[in-house]
Amino acid sequence: MADAAVGEADAILDRAAAWAAAGRGVALATVVKTWGSSPRAVGSQLVVDDAGAFEGSVSGGCIEGAVVTEARRTIEDGEPRLLDFGVSDEEAWEVGLACGGSIEVFVEKLA
Amino acid sequence: MKAETLARLRAARSERRPVARVVALDGSVDAVVEDGGGPLPEPVLDVARAALKQNRSHDFEHEGGRWFVQVFNPPLRLIVVGAVHISQPLIGMAGSLGYDVTLVDPRGAFATAQRFPDVAICDEWPDDALEALGVDGRTAVVTLTHDPKLDDPALHVALRSEAFYVGALGSRRTHAKRVERLVEAGFDEAAIGRIRAPIGLDLGGRAPAEIALAIAAQMTEALYR
Repeated sequence: MADAAVGEADAILDRAAAWAAAGRGVALATVVKTWGSSPRAVGSQLVVDDAGAFEGSVSGGCIEGAVVTEARRTIEDGEPRLLDFGVSDEEAWEVGLACGGSIEVFVEKLA
Repeated sequence: MKAETLARLRAARSERRPVARVVALDGSVDAVVEDGGGPLPEPVLDVARAALKQNRSHDFEHEGGRWFVQVFNPPLRLIVVGAVHISQPLIGMAGSLGYDVTLVDPRGAFATAQRFPDVAICDEWPDDALEALGVDGRTAVVTLTHDPKLDDPALHVALRSEAFYVGALGSRRTHAKRVERLVEAGFDEAAIGRIRAPIGLDLGGRAPAEIALAIAAQMTEALYR
């Protein structure tokens, strides 16, 4: 896992830099805490641009859509966001964190 | 994340330098910790240094606020000197543990792609090979040839480096002779004391795979303890 995680971190940072250099608005989403069984480790990242393009993952596909939506708001207003997704949260169930864990994601604008 | 933070993280990664990023989760602080230092209060630096050592990103509390430290360590690397039969299981185990492995053996008949199909092979003399690879604090060096002509030059480079683990195969008697040669070559007691010899945790096994396991276990211990 270590090698894969390291390679992935590089890919995210490179993508963030490339998108910023191309003049796009960019946000980074990072898993800062997990409880129970969660598909991605703390530190996993997703990079999002102002059009909603993204690379990387914070959950293996369950909540990326919701994170991208929030990330676009952060790109717009510049405010960081701390997002909670978990089994106790009805909406989170609906967006599909069916793996039985919960995770917290920090979203920030690249500025 | 500040553009400057991103630039510093990417520069550190491209040069295999360990670095941590510290952020206050209200967005008020965004800093990079490198070489144990950064523009942060000492207790926060302590958290970042420990996170780098443990290779573990995590959230934490500081003065009533929530913070996050993200570790960007270079990949672990293992340099094995000697394409012998302990090398084969050791290379497999190290791969499972997340190491990038390079096998160094200038004796062409030993390090063949047929005997070692899944590893980067370097047939240069060990000191040249290690210099070229650049041994850093995320690198383990293991010498297995039993031949001072090959093991000693590798140890010379390893002992001048920040390698987190240096192990040399050989009995106590073999090691005593090795120590004499290293003293003659100018290495002091502290440097020579870094060599794990006899190599590996004392698990009692003597089969190649058991010795490889003892070495891999000792590398893991050195990494975290």
